[in-house]
Amino acid sequence: MLPHLFRTEYRKIISVLVRHFGLEQLSVAEDIASDTFLIAAETWGIKGLPENPVAWLYTVAKNKSRDLLRRNSVFNEKLLPALKAELLTIPDTDLDLSEENIKDSQLQMMFALSDPALSLESQVALTLRILCGFGIDEIADAFLTNRETINKRLFRGKEKLRSARIKISLPAAKEINKRIDAVLTSLYLLFNEGYYSSSQNSVLRKDFCLEAMRLTGLLVENEQTDNPRVDALFALMCFHASRFDARTNENGEIIRYDDQNIALWNDELISTGHFYLNKASRGKELSRFHLEAGIAYWHTTKNDSQEKWENILQLYNQLLCLSYSPVGALNRTYALSRIYGKQAAILEAEKLGLAKNHLYHVLLGWLYTGIDDEKAREHMNLALVYAKTETERIGIRKFLAKV
Amino acid sequence: MSELQPSPEQLQKMMKEWQNWMGSIAAQNKLVSSGNRLADDGKVVKPGAVVTNGPYVEIKELIGGYIMISAASLEEAAEISKGCPILSVGGSVEVRAIVPM
Repeated sequence: MLPHLFRTEYRKIISVLVRHFGLEQLSVAEDIASDTFLIAAETWGIKGLPENPVAWLYTVAKNKSRDLLRRNSVFNEKLLPALKAELLTIPDTDLDLSEENIKDSQLQMMFALSDPALSLESQVALTLRILCGFGIDEIADAFLTNRETINKRLFRGKEKLRSARIKISLPAAKEINKRIDAVLTSLYLLFNEGYYSSSQNSVLRKDFCLEAMRLTGLLVENEQTDNPRVDALFALMCFHASRFDARTNENGEIIRYDDQNIALWNDELISTGHFYLNKASRGKELSRFHLEAGIAYWHTTKNDSQEKWENILQLYNQLLCLSYSPVGALNRTYALSRIYGKQAAILEAEKLGLAKNHLYHVLLGWLYTGIDDEKAREHMNLALVYAKTETERIGIRKFLAKV
Repeated sequence: MSELQPSPEQLQKMMKEWQNWMGSIAAQNKLVSSGNRLADDGKVVKPGAVVTNGPYVEIKELIGGYIMISAASLEEAAEISKGCPILSVGGSVEVRAIVPM
């Protein structure tokens, strides 16, 4: 119960606090929000759950900020005149934890944390930490790095928030369309971090994806921030998330698309995806999210038809022309093999120039299987060399055992 | 419909070939710009304010379009050009380097 509430309520409380006190008081807001949950853990641990846990949390957060205000007024009245330091203006009204203000505050926070002044790394780390309430260790685990690196990213991000004097606010209506792409990129990265991370903690990975979907959902729901790109990104997430339960086994290892149990695909998410992909098709816009959502859509169709792979290939062609990525290049080649056969795909694969990417060798290993098994083994052994995690190596070894 | 008019299926196939070729270059991260298809009619301006119809200057072929790719050498660029679908309908590809600034 508490971990769940932490996931859903932490970001609401902190967003409202930051909107109340200003982004320059981010650490104060973090302290109050963390304290609130600490008190909850202790109190509920002793006395059991209150009748309305959410309201309980809000009351504590309100009282905490009022306490701070009181302490601050002592500080202001007694110490400050002597110090003559710059005055921190703290609003003297109560914390507004209405549903409306919670939504607005979260939206504004998303824009603030995706400010172009911040590096992409910092944007994602701050979003994970502040808007999703993930722990430093969890974030480090997902990025396959250590605490220090994540702490550094967060520190730099917060420094930048201060030095660039970034405010918590929704950009002006005509600015939103420009600024929202940075928000979308950071949500897209957040989702991918969960979906493609080779971290073995599959529960955590799923949480990352669900958080990204919740935040994207806020943009979709709001008239000011909803646009075809937002809808396309949301559709993309729904389609991908529909295979969540089918794509890992009980050890957290990834199950290849072709080997997944289709019965485990989530039909409800697939149809939500349809709805938003249709909605995304209004107007003339064709963003990378549209193309990726299209690709994800075809992956949710259950019949392995020629039409399916033709469409996937053409969408990858367009996507790569719009923006190159090694994963896109590899996936395109896989789709090509499904239509034109392994031989043709080998020719294409060998042009990709990704010799240090383990997935490149996994692909070639798979393509050569049944055509030249010796070569297939060679590539799989190279894949072992370039793989970065044990989970990846386990999968490759399993494959090698079969060839 | 004239005999030269391709059927919808043929059109679909042509489009696919072009997309696959462009996609193949893009998958190698060598596509700089998808370029443009040029319209078939145009005007030629010659010295003395002579303007004639048609895109031809002195050559018999008309330039149908262009794309920009990045390649290590003219040879590599020529190799990539061998996949251009225009070759299968009797056209040819001219490979030229852009003079670096």
